[in-house]
Amino acid sequence: MSIVMSATTTDRWDEFMEGVWRQNPLFVMVLGLCPALAVTVSAINALSMGLATAFVLTCSALLVSLLRRMIPKEVRIATYIVIIATFVTVVDYLIQAISLALYDALGAFIQLIVVNCMILGRAEAHASKNPPGIAVINALGMSAGFAIGLFALGAVREILGAGTLFGISLFGSGFQPWVVMVLPPGGFFVLGMWLLVFAAWGRWRQRRQARQAEATRHA
Amino acid sequence: MHESAAQVFINAFLANNFVLAMFLGLCPFIGVSGKLETAAPMGAATTFVMLVASLCAYGLNLLLAYFNLEFLRLIAYIVIIASAVQLVEMVLKKYSPGLFRALGIYLPLITTNCAVLGVALFQTAREYDFVQSVTFAVGAGAGFTLAIILMASVRERLQLSDVPSVAQGAALSFMLAGILSLAFMGFAGLGG
Repeated sequence: MSIVMSATTTDRWDEFMEGVWRQNPLFVMVLGLCPALAVTVSAINALSMGLATAFVLTCSALLVSLLRRMIPKEVRIATYIVIIATFVTVVDYLIQAISLALYDALGAFIQLIVVNCMILGRAEAHASKNPPGIAVINALGMSAGFAIGLFALGAVREILGAGTLFGISLFGSGFQPWVVMVLPPGGFFVLGMWLLVFAAWGRWRQRRQARQAEATRHA
Repeated sequence: MHESAAQVFINAFLANNFVLAMFLGLCPFIGVSGKLETAAPMGAATTFVMLVASLCAYGLNLLLAYFNLEFLRLIAYIVIIASAVQLVEMVLKKYSPGLFRALGIYLPLITTNCAVLGVALFQTAREYDFVQSVTFAVGAGAGFTLAIILMASVRERLQLSDVPSVAQGAALSFMLAGILSLAFMGFAGLGG
């Protein structure tokens, strides 16, 4: 824990924002796609999925980080998968107990959190090399980034496909819903559009930085 | 609700295509669909693992139900899929080293392909019997192969066309997948 104590607040904030923005799992690294597209027909489904994934990611990051010196290198991937599968089973039964309607809406995709490559990727690339405090902060950031991404997808699809947000009608009775947006093709289109927006924005920022560097060199 | 084997196959193959209608197995679908000659073996290997995983999951589910251990289902399935992939890898390495080298890193990655776990989970949730489970696995694998081959063919053609550079890569692939998915919606209701 000494490393966590000595780390300044800005370091921890940086570690957190890493997942939210610079390495956003959905829009920058394009990981964890299957749940991202399958359950985002409405904003509330997207947020629930984000929360469930956050729980599994954070808990497994903590446990992997605590056990990182005890797990033999040869069987580490198998160990990570068993740890992740345990927490997914917990979440599965938890959602079933809290809301059966939500459980039916998310269906098999709760159990499929196990094979979300983002979680295994974090366990292997980050949690297994860092002390618990840092690993949890990083996992929380990644979770927040993933949830924001899911929400961005779910909100757009619900607004366009049903004219509502969180079940509240936005446009009145005259609105003709764009039904294809809540059907499977809509998921691909909306994600494609978001990736396009992020690529264009990244390019614009790169050009601006290049211009600034040019200006300082001439000055 | 009892579906015939043919209905199960058509449903998994076309009407509810695993990739284009249920969003399973997207990582290899986007990652390996760049070239036709890697896409086709990838589809075949995935189909084979699906079949093995489906058979194992069917037997395992009977065993777990017998001992009232259903809460262990997920952990047991994921371990058995990982072992099945390992087995396929060893058999291929011994009897067909050429194919083993061609598939490379994609072979172990089948473990984290959600389509394989999806087959095992869905056949349990829908309470398929043995024949239905096997046709479901083969149909799902064939559907995955069809989708990845279609995608690879389109992307090979697209390399020759003039696309805005911002849209290249993942964004364009998703737009293409959306259009393919739109086409596959025409099969809705075919499986009855």
